Amino acid sequence: MLAYTIYLSFAGALVLAVWPRAWNAAARVFALLVAIAGLAAALFGFVAASGQGTVAVADVAWIPAMGIHYTLAADGISRVLVLLTGLAAVAGILFSWNIGQKDGDRANEFFAFFLALIGGVYGVFLSVDLFLLFVFYEIAIVPKYFLIAIWGSTRREYGAMKLALYSFAGSAMVLIGLLAAYATAGSHTMNLYALAQYPFPVSFQMWAFPLVFTGFAILAGMWPFHTWAPTGHVAAPTAASMLLAGVVMKLGAYGCLRVAMTLFPHGLDPWRFSFLGIDSWRTVFALLAVIGIVYGAAVALVQNDFKFVIGYSSVSHMGFVLLGLLTLTQIGINGAVLQMFSHGIIAGLLFATVGRIVYERTHTRDLSALSKLQLGKAMPFAAWVFVIAGMASMGLPGFSGFIAEVQVIAGAWRAFPLFAVIAGLGIVVGVAYTWRAMQRAFFSDAPTLDANGAAVPIPQYEPITLAEKAAVLLLAGTSLLIGLYPKLLLDAIAPAVEALPHALLTGGRPW
Amino acid sequence: MSHLLTILTALPALGAAIALMTGNRARIVALLSGVASLVLAVWIWHGIGSDGAMHFVESSAWVPALRIEYHLGVDGLGALMLLLSSIVSLMAIAASKKTMAQPGLYFALVLLLESGLFGTFTALNFFHWFLFWELSLIPAFFLIKLWGGKGRGPAATQFFVYTMVGSVALLLAFVALFNATGSMDFEVLTRMAASGELATAIQLHLGPVALWMALGVLLGFAVKVPLMPFHTWLPATYSEAPTPVTMLLTGAMSKMGVYGLLRLALPIFGTQLARMRTELLVLAVLTVVAGAWAAAAQRDLKRIFAYSSINHLGYCLLAVFAVALPGSGSQLSQTAALDGAVLQMFNHGLTAAAIFWFLSLIEERSGGLLGIDDFGGLRKPAPVFCGLMGVALFSSLGLPGLNGFVSEFLIFRGVFPLSWLSATISVLGLLITAAVILTVIQRVFTGPLPARWVAFPDMTTNERLALAPALVLMLVLGLAPQLVAGTVNATVVHLLAGWRF
Amino acid sequence: MVTVNLGALFSVTLPETILEIVSLLVLVVDLGLLRRSTQSVRMGWACVLGVLGCGVSAVWLGSHAGVVTSVGGLLAGTPLVAAAQIGIVVLTALVLLLSIKAEFSRNPGEYVAVVLLATAGMMLVTAARDLLIIFVALELLSLSLYVLTGFAKSSALSAEAALKYYLFGGMSAALMLFGFSYMYGLTGTTNLAGIAAALATQGVSPLLVVALVMVAAGLGFKVAAVPFQLWAPDTYQSAPAPVAALIASGSKVASFAVLVALTSGLASGAYSQVASWTVLLLCMAAGSIVLGNLAALVQTSVRRLLAYSAIAHAGYMLLGIAAHTDQSGAAVLYYVLTYALTTVGAFGVIAVVERSTGSDRMDTFAGLSRRNPLLAGTMLIFLLSLAGIPPLVGFWAKFNLFAAVLRAPAAGAWGLALVAIALGASAVSLYYYVQVLKRIYVVPGTSEEPIEVSALELSVLMLIALTVVAFGILPGLLSEWIPLG
Repeated sequence: MLAYTIYLSFAGALVLAVWPRAWNAAARVFALLVAIAGLAAALFGFVAASGQGTVAVADVAWIPAMGIHYTLAADGISRVLVLLTGLAAVAGILFSWNIGQKDGDRANEFFAFFLALIGGVYGVFLSVDLFLLFVFYEIAIVPKYFLIAIWGSTRREYGAMKLALYSFAGSAMVLIGLLAAYATAGSHTMNLYALAQYPFPVSFQMWAFPLVFTGFAILAGMWPFHTWAPTGHVAAPTAASMLLAGVVMKLGAYGCLRVAMTLFPHGLDPWRFSFLGIDSWRTVFALLAVIGIVYGAAVALVQNDFKFVIGYSSVSHMGFVLLGLLTLTQIGINGAVLQMFSHGIIAGLLFATVGRIVYERTHTRDLSALSKLQLGKAMPFAAWVFVIAGMASMGLPGFSGFIAEVQVIAGAWRAFPLFAVIAGLGIVVGVAYTWRAMQRAFFSDAPTLDANGAAVPIPQYEPITLAEKAAVLLLAGTSLLIGLYPKLLLDAIAPAVEALPHALLTGGRPW
Repeated sequence: MSHLLTILTALPALGAAIALMTGNRARIVALLSGVASLVLAVWIWHGIGSDGAMHFVESSAWVPALRIEYHLGVDGLGALMLLLSSIVSLMAIAASKKTMAQPGLYFALVLLLESGLFGTFTALNFFHWFLFWELSLIPAFFLIKLWGGKGRGPAATQFFVYTMVGSVALLLAFVALFNATGSMDFEVLTRMAASGELATAIQLHLGPVALWMALGVLLGFAVKVPLMPFHTWLPATYSEAPTPVTMLLTGAMSKMGVYGLLRLALPIFGTQLARMRTELLVLAVLTVVAGAWAAAAQRDLKRIFAYSSINHLGYCLLAVFAVALPGSGSQLSQTAALDGAVLQMFNHGLTAAAIFWFLSLIEERSGGLLGIDDFGGLRKPAPVFCGLMGVALFSSLGLPGLNGFVSEFLIFRGVFPLSWLSATISVLGLLITAAVILTVIQRVFTGPLPARWVAFPDMTTNERLALAPALVLMLVLGLAPQLVAGTVNATVVHLLAGWRF
Repeated sequence: MVTVNLGALFSVTLPETILEIVSLLVLVVDLGLLRRSTQSVRMGWACVLGVLGCGVSAVWLGSHAGVVTSVGGLLAGTPLVAAAQIGIVVLTALVLLLSIKAEFSRNPGEYVAVVLLATAGMMLVTAARDLLIIFVALELLSLSLYVLTGFAKSSALSAEAALKYYLFGGMSAALMLFGFSYMYGLTGTTNLAGIAAALATQGVSPLLVVALVMVAAGLGFKVAAVPFQLWAPDTYQSAPAPVAALIASGSKVASFAVLVALTSGLASGAYSQVASWTVLLLCMAAGSIVLGNLAALVQTSVRRLLAYSAIAHAGYMLLGIAAHTDQSGAAVLYYVLTYALTTVGAFGVIAVVERSTGSDRMDTFAGLSRRNPLLAGTMLIFLLSLAGIPPLVGFWAKFNLFAAVLRAPAAGAWGLALVAIALGASAVSLYYYVQVLKRIYVVPGTSEEPIEVSALELSVLMLIALTVVAFGILPGLLSEWIPLG
């Protein structure tokens, strides 16, 4: 059932590629149907598999001579992330409903690329054969480029190229590591589980791990390789930003966990020496993650472009994910996976508000310009959506982000107490930049009387469309639901994390 | 009835949703909801009996992976706070102007705030408690930001940021605690602290950080109550907020901080607090005295009473910190001090809310003026007003026969043996407060009547009826405090029995 | 003296003979029967005849493959050789199909005839296992290609390119022959197997190194590897499009086949014999990878971009050859065949665009996605395959090649480092391929009128594109011919 997410998306993309131009307006309806079907498949698969561990989905010999199989399987972590992709896809299409109204929009190409990207992402989350995983990972790169370069806004060609090149460079690093592992293990299998059991020599793991981890972490926006993220997210059209920040960055983190940490767990072992307190790759990457948390938050605090604030906040939140993964505790990794889901939803909501709801109507993202527009009164819906999304992003209890961040910090306390405190600091700065942006954009103290004493008129904007409302409800509702009842997801995540190789979970007690 | 506490917490939230949709009729919806909550709160108060233990307990698994339970319960302390919250909320709703911008949103936010208060006072598991603690900030922020005075922007932001920083410290400490002990439940943690297990667990898993954790927890509450010098957000916020919102802030929200100290800090970190007792007492005394002194220096009525609030809550803090004395010889004094602190929470909440209500009435009549020098001789055109406000003012002063006296007396009765120096210096606070209140009465109600106030309207019948219950309650509690004190005492005794310092 | 069974020789070289006969036939038909017909009809008939000839050849090869033959050690007929030859023939057929609409020549008969002769040369090169046969076949191929390069008589650039190609090629052929003569001198035989056996008993002598360097020069020229690549950009740019396609595809296949044969021949002896050869190959590989990718970054002409990318791809393949195992040889063959196929497709698209717009600059591709979506789609597939993006065959070919390199026992020290450099350079290459795609899809075009393309060309291009995708998704389709793993 879960495999249909992939097949439906790619089939949809192919159909849309040859969609007649005359049916431009109908392209989005078709795309929405495909996305909803994918979401339904993901949801169905999630519910049907609850309580079971790893569910095998497909296994076909592909290139037997090289030991490469088309193997799909889903454990709890994959199921949760597939669900996230489904939600982000539906919301993204709903928020792109205005593409297809005008003739020159090239709507069918937009949605074709969109669905191709979604298909690739589904594939990565479900693949168990490393070659297959890599194929899907790379498939996702090209649609990203076109989505941004054609339909984007600020510096779109530069942003698109930067994003594509960074992703490709990261994947090249990963490929080197994978090839080396494949060759070392005898070149007869690419199956993740089989390779994970192979006893790679520790010296091999010591260089393969950082290489593959960094390759994936580039896509996850780890500092200092994060620079593609703010540029790319700002340049991208709303739906693409939602997907990029919401789902594609999670591909990187997923790869870090599923490939780098599972195949080469001894790469995390302490070295024989210690330099300024750094004694292992684990500490190095945890330090980079924490720097990312604080740096992303601090830079977001001084941005004047609304979208850049959100872009940098994504970098900051992904830092939490990476930190959680590196705590090597069950609670930390649980938190990291939950944060992946939570941030995916929240980032989608934030970008949608800034890009689709505000920018489409006001045509500006500059906070100083927005502060004069009395948006709190002109667009109350947008204001309140942003408040909710902002609260969720800050990690306010009641929304999904809180549980995730608490778990990450709990795990970090055990592994790197200093980093836990710094991460807490990051939360505070997070509150600050969210609040600042919200204040300036929606609730600024702009004068309501102009120089002559007459009331400054509140600008009129197009009303909020049904599609936007539906998508907001979907995303905000999910975040609230998971915030209040995280058991729904944790029941799937926790057993999957427990099942990770024992060598990986070294820190502390099971909870 | 089971799930009564959940119903109580959910009721205002439901009311908020309805109020949001009804727009102009929102005030009526809010009033109805407020009355319903009050009835429920009274029911609960009567239902808890007099053994001091937890009643109306609800417990179900929520996130088993993190040992998070949906655990609610009230003892005398919690039930009293529920009663206070519902009374103050109703007063705030009644005091809100009938005509204002976006009434639907306004009353929805007020009701959400009330829901947040109920949630905080009934929660027995940290996650759940923290959820409501944080959630109550949002409606408060927006109430200040959207309906406040000229300086509302910075005031609201300051309020939010300060409280958030404190909350983060609180969160970090409790996450660390969870790491060490594997539990987020208040009752479990209290038992562990009393038996000494907690200290061992912390030492084992985290190292010698218990003191830091206690400080983190303290910071969260110190900002909320407030404890000097973390009070700087308060005067601006109280004066810029619309007055009904100030009623809520001073009447109920500040009590969240003291409640937190009594429910979380003292039981779980009692030993650490005992070690810092002297420093904390110094800060508490500072709060009492400096609060009163600053009130004396203000020229704006709202600011006077803002600082006066700081002073009054300082007494609670005094009692709370003085109680943290190791050894078992001073149980009677500890009981008295805590009795006083709990009663003071209720009394001050009631009184301060009433006073700010009166201030809002003055504000309405004076077209926004609230300086202490703007008025004079108001008892001539508005004698009833003067009389009724006088009741509230004297209660704040601590006149015997009114509720304020009982609680302050008990606090001093308890603190004196525990720490005579702090008690002695705090008496200064009493004296200065008396001076301040009397000055207010003199400047506003007596003396020459300026021409513009000749037509100062007296209280309408509606207003009298609305305020009467609060004032009657003040009298009743002043003359017959055992109505409430009995239950409170039982609760305090029960609590103290479970604490170790 | 080698005794050669003429009957066996004839039967082994039947495919080449068929091509030669067909080329003569084409000349007869064109110059004899179709004298008065229009250019397009003449070209059409000539190409169709050529395609038929290739088809017959391919069928014969297909039915006789799997039989390992050897004609006195001069020519080999292993399955891999057969696969390469079939590939060459198919590529020629595709080039001929794409030439049907070409308008650069008024002598279609001669054109097709020379193409077929070149093909015959390619096939001989692939099968040759004797130094002299290699040389003769290479010369047949090269001379044909020089002529073809200059075939656009009305273009001065074409003539200039042909001259450069000829001079450069002639010199490197001379060097190669010189090197061959040294090898003969050292070993007393021109047969590859015999040379290997003889070298096994000798040590490494300076003369051998000189010989190897000169042979490398000759063969490096054919594959356009650094530092013998200078002819490539000009030739790719100025030769008529189908000819450029042929140079980029068929002759590459043939040259790499002979490199594989040579290397495995040298490697069948003791390791020491092949070490210096490996070092040479690695230097050429590293230089090609770096120079090819870096120079392509700044190109504005799509043809020159493809030329530099061809240099880079030659570098990747040289890595595979340097690893000298059976698997790496097969991987190189797989790579070069699929690369050639993709390149033919890319040049086909370029030919169509040039015919409409008159230039191959990147900016003329602007807006192609609106002017002819199918054509743009095929170019998308070809360029992404060259960049190595899954699920296209280019990715799989690279993966297979690098995996084989890493598994080779000889690759130990340099394998990982060079593969890493290759992958890194491959990442860089995405930039310039995407530049072309950006013009096609993102930049709005200067004109909105659709680009004309004949049904035949479009169907050929789509067939190639579909094949690229099919092989990418199911690489095992070729595994009967070219073993994987």
